[in-house]
Amino acid sequence: MSNVSKLILQRLILGVLTLFAVSALIFVGIELQPGDLAQQILGQSATPETLAAWRAELGLDLPAHLRYLDWLSGVAQGDLGNSLASRRPVADLLMSRLSNTMFLAAYAAIIAVPVAVALGLLAAMWRNSPFDRGVNVGALSAISMPEFFVAYVLILVFSIRLGWFPTLARIDEATSLGDAVYRCFLPALTLMLVVVAHMMRMTRAAIINVLASPYIEMARLKGVPRWRVILRHALPNAAAPIINVVALNLAYLIVGVVVVEAVFSYPGMGQLLVDAVSSRDLPVVQAVGLFFAATYVTLNVLADILSIMSNPRLRRG
Amino acid sequence: MKTLKTAPPTAWFGMIVVALTMLTAIFAPLIAPHAETEIVGMQFLPWSAEHPLGTDNLGRDMLSRMIYGARNTVGLALLTTAMAFAAGSMLGMFAALRGGWVDQVLSRIIDVIMAVPPLILALMMLAIVGPSIPNMVAVIAFIYVAPVYRLARAAAMNVVRLDFIEAARLRGEGTFWLMRREVLPNISSTLIAEFGLRFCFVFLFIAALSFLGIGIQPPTADWGSMVKDNATLITFGDITPLIPAGAIALLTVAINFIVDWMLHRASGLKT
Amino acid sequence: MDTLLDMRGLRLEAGPKSDPTVILHGLDLQLKRGEVVGLVGESGAGKSSAGLAAMGVVRDGVRFAGGSVTFDGTELTSQSPRRLRKLLGRRMAYVAQSAAASFNPAHRVIDQVTEAPVLHGVMSRPEAEEDAIRLFRQMQLPDADRIGMRYPHQMSGGQLQRAMTGMAMACRPDLIVFDEPTTALDVTTQIEVLGAMRDIVERYDAAAIYITHDLAVVSQMADRIMVMRHGQEVETQPTRDMLATPREDYTRSLWSVRSLNRPARVEPRPALLECRDLSAGYGDVKVLHDVSVELPRGRTTTVVGESGSGKSTLAKVIAGLMPPMSGQVLWQGDPLPADYRARGRDLLHDVQMIYQMADTALNPRHTVRETLARPARFCRGLTGKALQSRVRDLMELIELSPDKFLDRRIPELSGGQKQRIGIARALAAEPRFVICDEVTSALDQLVAGGILRLLMRLQDELDLTYMFITHDLATVRAIADQVVIMQKGRVVEQGPRDRIFDAPQQDYTRRLLEAVPQMDPDWLSRVRAAS
Repeated sequence: MSNVSKLILQRLILGVLTLFAVSALIFVGIELQPGDLAQQILGQSATPETLAAWRAELGLDLPAHLRYLDWLSGVAQGDLGNSLASRRPVADLLMSRLSNTMFLAAYAAIIAVPVAVALGLLAAMWRNSPFDRGVNVGALSAISMPEFFVAYVLILVFSIRLGWFPTLARIDEATSLGDAVYRCFLPALTLMLVVVAHMMRMTRAAIINVLASPYIEMARLKGVPRWRVILRHALPNAAAPIINVVALNLAYLIVGVVVVEAVFSYPGMGQLLVDAVSSRDLPVVQAVGLFFAATYVTLNVLADILSIMSNPRLRRG
Repeated sequence: MKTLKTAPPTAWFGMIVVALTMLTAIFAPLIAPHAETEIVGMQFLPWSAEHPLGTDNLGRDMLSRMIYGARNTVGLALLTTAMAFAAGSMLGMFAALRGGWVDQVLSRIIDVIMAVPPLILALMMLAIVGPSIPNMVAVIAFIYVAPVYRLARAAAMNVVRLDFIEAARLRGEGTFWLMRREVLPNISSTLIAEFGLRFCFVFLFIAALSFLGIGIQPPTADWGSMVKDNATLITFGDITPLIPAGAIALLTVAINFIVDWMLHRASGLKT
Repeated sequence: MDTLLDMRGLRLEAGPKSDPTVILHGLDLQLKRGEVVGLVGESGAGKSSAGLAAMGVVRDGVRFAGGSVTFDGTELTSQSPRRLRKLLGRRMAYVAQSAAASFNPAHRVIDQVTEAPVLHGVMSRPEAEEDAIRLFRQMQLPDADRIGMRYPHQMSGGQLQRAMTGMAMACRPDLIVFDEPTTALDVTTQIEVLGAMRDIVERYDAAAIYITHDLAVVSQMADRIMVMRHGQEVETQPTRDMLATPREDYTRSLWSVRSLNRPARVEPRPALLECRDLSAGYGDVKVLHDVSVELPRGRTTTVVGESGSGKSTLAKVIAGLMPPMSGQVLWQGDPLPADYRARGRDLLHDVQMIYQMADTALNPRHTVRETLARPARFCRGLTGKALQSRVRDLMELIELSPDKFLDRRIPELSGGQKQRIGIARALAAEPRFVICDEVTSALDQLVAGGILRLLMRLQDELDLTYMFITHDLATVRAIADQVVIMQKGRVVEQGPRDRIFDAPQQDYTRRLLEAVPQMDPDWLSRVRAAS
């Protein structure tokens, strides 16, 4: 097996192990809950019969490791248990919301990635120019703002004052794609602004780092024009860090949806999680938490693998 | 002092904002016209001479709540960050100096914590232990031990590799002496800059949790939940809910400007 | 007159305009076609900046602040970047110190060698490739036809340095600037690369500026030598005159270490420390193979070898920082615990180390006093007045004024002063055995000579036993009593210094000794003719 496939396999195994560790962490966390869960959720007024029924339903009468295995095998078969609040299967609750969240994240990513990489590249090329300073101050400010601030400012300007977009992003199965794109513009823009700032700063740093290498000086001393220094000498070496930056920020984007969904009452996973936490609907919290963690871990592993594959020293090692 | 003169306008702006926020937080009871939770009038009163920022959804004075909010939100964020830093930097330096299995075990645990997005982890943990201020502080501090540990370990690793550590080890110095006298003075500037940065994250984090209704609980005044409580005003074109949100943004921007300047200076000094 | 390059009153500045750091103070340098001039100086002399300025280039943050650089009738200091690029790579080329870092890791070597000629329209791509192979052959690269298809990380440092010289030659430039091109190479590699470089410069009749800190190396290459210091010229003479009759004291000090010679002491003394059949390594890779060495008490044993010879690993094993796979270290005949943590305090304090990079060997956050007081208190239990007077005594020992230096912070000291503090810190533990790991390699010649003299004096006063690790044979000749030659983790040869130098028994030893550049312009030709 080549060096590269060995490294990639290692990362994959590490990713799977991490997921197991995370699922165990989530499970153990719930185990550590002081006192009787059923009692706490149902309150003091619950009758012993209801309590017993709840315990049986949650499997609280079985030993911990068996319950973990039981839960895991359930997860593997798509059985995530029943919601404590609505009594419906968690899997059903998740289905439509999953695609909504993915749609919103993809929407933001499609705009954000090219914009961020281009801005980062230009800022690095014209380092310390007024353009670079301006972009930097803008990015630093965008990073510092809470998502809900950005979101409400956008709502105030674009939907209240100008009336171009709706204040809430309500969609359901019947909404057409065109409509969904229109209604989700403000939430996507909010997400995008925050992610672009992070991604642009990291891209700029990665390229500046490469531009400081002796081989860049060598290229200049060979009389290579500026654009060719960037495209041919800097970019191939900056690709790995940039790809890494993009994947990391996509992971961030998936998580960023939680607040944005809350502001725009968007029917996604984030809303579901927040509602479940408020009502302490643990099976739902577990399932949604596991989903977010899995996406995050997957994107991080993907970032690692892509940066291994784009490293010339490793690729042809 | 000489370095202050060379500070760019952005850093000056940052320092002034931070100083003003600190003063407001410390002297909150003296400045605020009304008490934190006192109901002073009708709900959602418009801006007036008596209530410069109007009243909130329960008829409390917005301005007073903003002033107390500075104290609560900033104070809690500071406490949380300090806890995370104390634990994270100690553990990070310890792992770097000890190496071997101590480092392996600590680092793998941290990896698992960092494999879950912080907001999701916090939400899950709060769902388990129940939302309350002490729980929230403990949960966020726990989560932020991980990045601080990573940074402290990486920074300490760079120092541990140097020969003066080897020289001290070869004369038989103990781990804690090495941590305090040889490693810490060399990574303190990195840690201080990181403290500013992490404080921003924690501050935004607490604001986000409170905004979602799972952080600082009523009736305590807090900028994040003030946005949530008064958000309906936005639909009437009233900018009042943007004021606490803007305050959060302003303070984080300010701190980021200062940290950016410090980092820039540190990197400039090296070359 | 056939002047190619004419640099007049060149002044370079960095930092703020109101309070600039001057890098070159009005330098004059003329170069005829086909002439090779050597720029010699210590670190910070401004020789690299002068070399780049000859091509009309300054590094980031540096600017032209006066004077002129005329290249074949064109003024370079005021040239637009576009016009300058037409000259760079085509008529002026550059060979950097670190070839490994100066080749782009993402592209094949041949693509980088052919880039300039194709870009400047000198040759078509197939012509340039054919020519590159010819240049590789002239630079004596192995497998010249195909080696260009490799990526930089698949070639050795010496090969990359040859390829880079070939790359510089690709457009047949009129001027080449060599910036310390062999400094990073081992001596046995250096001699081959030097030979190939000289041949190719002669073959194409290029003019060259050869920058180095090593007078012996440059005298093989240059027709004329300029010695520089603090951004100024010290003196310029034809190479032979410079070596025979240097006019300035500073020039003479450049071979300070070579002029040092302490007679080797040969009368037998018992070993203080002894290694028996030591093998060590990382994972499956063995880097020490059955090393047996004796270090006599009160003597200097130098361990010599090129990179990868295992000399530093040997020091680590002795210090207890790396456990051996097999074999033993004996201290006065008794086995020494393999891990330093298992050694008693007294044993730890008996063995001390002095490091190559004084910058990383001393904690930059401490003052000189803190640096010395801690080991004196910790190792010898001194406190109060006794401690303070001990610290002052240590400063006297290393010939630095206690009043002036004790309360300075480490970063405020010069390189040589730092190295002295490093020595004093080792002495504070009152050791009997001191491992000196390349302690003079990072220092300029004059300073290095001073440090060596100090170490010799301390040895006589305190009866210290030194294990002195170095790659520099001039240093060995200056101070060694015993010599151990290492190669690829094995001891090739060991014995009294004079016997090793006068009658080497092993082939490798002979090659190593031969490869050390001599202060003689004919040395390279002679050695190459002999082999």
